[in-house]
Amino acid sequence: MAARDIHGIEPPWGEFRHVGRRSRKVDGLAKATGAAVYTDDIVLPGMLHAKLLRSTQAHARISGIDAERARQLPGVLGVITGEDLPVKYGILPWTQDETALAVGKVRHVGEPVAAVAAIDEDTANAAVKLIRVEYEPLHAYIDPFESLSRHDPSIHEDHKTGNISKHVHLSFGEVDAALSGADAVVEGDYFFHGTTHAPIEPHCAVARYGADGVLTVWSSTQITHYVHRTLAHVLGIPAHRIRVIQPCLGGAFGGKSDPFSLEFVTAKLSMLTGRPVKLLYTREEVFYTHRGRHPMHMRYRTGAARDGRLAAVDAKIVIDGGAYSSFGLVTTYYAGQLLTGPYDFPAYRFDSTRVFTNKPACGPKRGHGSVQPRFAFEVQLDELAEKLKLDPIEIRRRNLIGARATTVNGQRITSNGVAKCLDFVEKESGWTSRRGRLGYGRGLGVAASMYISGTNYPIYPNPMPQAAVQLKIDRSGLVTVFSGANDIGQGSNSVAQYLVAEELGLALDQVRVVSADTDLCPVDLGAYSSRETFMVGNALIDACRKIRPQLVQAVAAKWQVDAARVRFVDGVVMDLQDASRTMKAAEAICLAEEKFDTLGATGAYNTPTLGGDYRGGTIGASPAYSFTAHAVEVSVDVETGRITCHNVWIAHDCGRALNPMLVAGQMEGSAYMGVAEALMENHDVHPSGLHKGPSLLDYRIPTSLDTPAFHSLIVESLDPEGPYGAKEAGEGPLHPSIPAISNAVFDAVGIRLRRLPFTPGRVLEALRARESAAAKSEPALAAGTR
Amino acid sequence: MQLTVNGDVHEVDAPDHWTLLEVLRYRLGLTGSKQGCDKGDCGACTVLVDGEPMISCLMLAREAEGRAVTTIEGLMPAHLAAGGSGADPVQEAFDRTGALQCGFCQSGTMLSARALLHANPNPTEAEVRSALAGNLCRCTGYTQILQAVLLAAAVASKETP
Repeated sequence: MAARDIHGIEPPWGEFRHVGRRSRKVDGLAKATGAAVYTDDIVLPGMLHAKLLRSTQAHARISGIDAERARQLPGVLGVITGEDLPVKYGILPWTQDETALAVGKVRHVGEPVAAVAAIDEDTANAAVKLIRVEYEPLHAYIDPFESLSRHDPSIHEDHKTGNISKHVHLSFGEVDAALSGADAVVEGDYFFHGTTHAPIEPHCAVARYGADGVLTVWSSTQITHYVHRTLAHVLGIPAHRIRVIQPCLGGAFGGKSDPFSLEFVTAKLSMLTGRPVKLLYTREEVFYTHRGRHPMHMRYRTGAARDGRLAAVDAKIVIDGGAYSSFGLVTTYYAGQLLTGPYDFPAYRFDSTRVFTNKPACGPKRGHGSVQPRFAFEVQLDELAEKLKLDPIEIRRRNLIGARATTVNGQRITSNGVAKCLDFVEKESGWTSRRGRLGYGRGLGVAASMYISGTNYPIYPNPMPQAAVQLKIDRSGLVTVFSGANDIGQGSNSVAQYLVAEELGLALDQVRVVSADTDLCPVDLGAYSSRETFMVGNALIDACRKIRPQLVQAVAAKWQVDAARVRFVDGVVMDLQDASRTMKAAEAICLAEEKFDTLGATGAYNTPTLGGDYRGGTIGASPAYSFTAHAVEVSVDVETGRITCHNVWIAHDCGRALNPMLVAGQMEGSAYMGVAEALMENHDVHPSGLHKGPSLLDYRIPTSLDTPAFHSLIVESLDPEGPYGAKEAGEGPLHPSIPAISNAVFDAVGIRLRRLPFTPGRVLEALRARESAAAKSEPALAAGTR
Repeated sequence: MQLTVNGDVHEVDAPDHWTLLEVLRYRLGLTGSKQGCDKGDCGACTVLVDGEPMISCLMLAREAEGRAVTTIEGLMPAHLAAGGSGADPVQEAFDRTGALQCGFCQSGTMLSARALLHANPNPTEAEVRSALAGNLCRCTGYTQILQAVLLAAAVASKETP
């Protein structure tokens, strides 16, 4: 690891001026006043509108496409099909199995088959309806277990392992021996259903192919760099003739991390027509585009000693991947690799298999691959506590791995504040005096988790920087930050402003940020795996520390004092030994520009070498892990089976909170999404391959009336390698809310919910099963009021 | 058709089936009103029509003739014209509390909040939750939005004793 990658946790000028404050966001007022420009707000002269024809079949060969009538419709300027964009792509270089439009066959309902560009949306829609596609239906796989057992027909004919997308089996320590020697073993099946991101902004792209042969694509993507690379690959245009820009983005949550059909289609149609082309997905198309949370069927076996110390964990997981690979290779690893904290266990085995099915492809959703196993394991831990007659918080405390540790699968833990997280939620929820004492129907539950702050493995292996920024500083007194990072609403551009103003001792309004434009900004890998604060933050500090000495030296020379006496504070330069001597930072910048010529600096970050020494050992290895604990309070209506979540106490260790207001926003938004997945949301597909509810009415996301009270409790275990000690906050705080609700329901009414979502029907079913079991063993008791 | 939007009177030529949202975005260039679902489920396109929050993707543009339409772009100019400074207190409060994450749904949410505060200058948290129930937000978990609306109410009540 280069020295440039670690910058310490101390403030650069004695005390923090911006870090740790509830500063406004750089784009808050632009968003508040309607001035912020999102992709669909872009209108270019002569712009055409594109629409996609999508498959009506779950699995079928395409025997013919007749687009002649569409081509003849007045106002239609271009029609393309799979043959026009035949190059396969995929976010991971090893599993490139998608095309922009179906070639030869379709693999799920809603897969794009053809595209039309016309003078307006109405004409494009009319033209799409005139395209005739002949399908020869094939057997459609909806049940993942069927995909496990048969490969004829294969969903991907050239895939070497039939309908198995990926299989990972890893074992650490003596699992079988540890389990057979354990005092208590709990075994059970758990199911995590499909859920989707549902950002309020649908995907949109605008492409313009200029007469100079330069292609510009504006896209609502969270990974500008990968879109850039993939456009070059699919279109056969050198990357230097492609510019990708991410305008203001209306939510992503992982759902905009793949390159999508619309980016290629608009580009191709612009190349063919010589005019700019826009394509905006409808809400229904967003549901069929999906890439959401993988459904997982999980079997866990966990053993412990009498005192609650974990002996071993054994997991077998079947993952329903949908029709394409997407990030699935990583998901299959993450399903096992990310479970090995915050608890220490000496033996661990997981066997996870991702299969293809004829449904919209799954991918990364907030807490990628690890939310599902975390649900299963944290519920199982509660079952273990029950069996051993231990308090659920106590059994967790007894197994914490602590700071500066290595997990059973070889992951390096640096800072770790999970013990404090548990203390916090225990105290704030009134756990000791309230759990088990709220009366029948009301209860408290707890769960804990950890998550990555980026990973050390870039999506395509390369030794170049994972994060990079450039600073431009000039006599106007303004510092412009050029950052490849994608601000998707989480505030990465704001964090860039805070850090640069902190490092250079400037006022916040002296720093502006230009981001996610491949022509202007150095390469950053994008907004995924909670990497931006950690990695881009370090790159920013690196850049600032190259330029700061020039500013300081220019002032020191002017004042003829030692450089150590010069301090920049909020845009004012002071002499530490002569309070009467000050100048504006803008003046200092002029002096530096005079002395050193044009001012600028680049900064970069790469992770250290991390991970276990085995195949897949680097997947899930992060330079720092965040930690979370939740306590939740629920009530269960035993007449209707309805669960109401009243309170969520969220304690999250994000390292140093660079802006506590933004950290709390991530914690609350994460917990909200977890509660929603547990109680309301269900991304499910009918046996015909049709989505069961592709609208924001039928896919039930919580309104302000459905959402519980969130109590954010920030824990700051300063990380030795994070920027001023910061770690991630955007994904970790989602994990515990789901198992904590199941555990709270147990406290409330004594049933274990192991299948998601926790619908009234499932609650009633579990209550009845519990009662009939009780009736068999103790008839007298079952006749009581319970 | 003739539409009055943010106090400006526009002569607009648009197909009969166009919604108010389409005319605002694609004829008048007022792109602050967002399209999230185009079927009245999400509330991102909420505008004020004669002061009442309306879902502009479910309203034909013609239905707005002869009525006063306010979009998010209209709040700050109206606030300045009334002698205020900066953005509308609702907009300022949303920024100050961190309620604007991706911001996509918030122009609709802020207009619902604006209508609420006109009708009820000192709402309880439960009243705010109820008034905003038609505006889905996917980022915040609503907590900072509720804080924002209560802050805007508190600021306004301090300014007008």
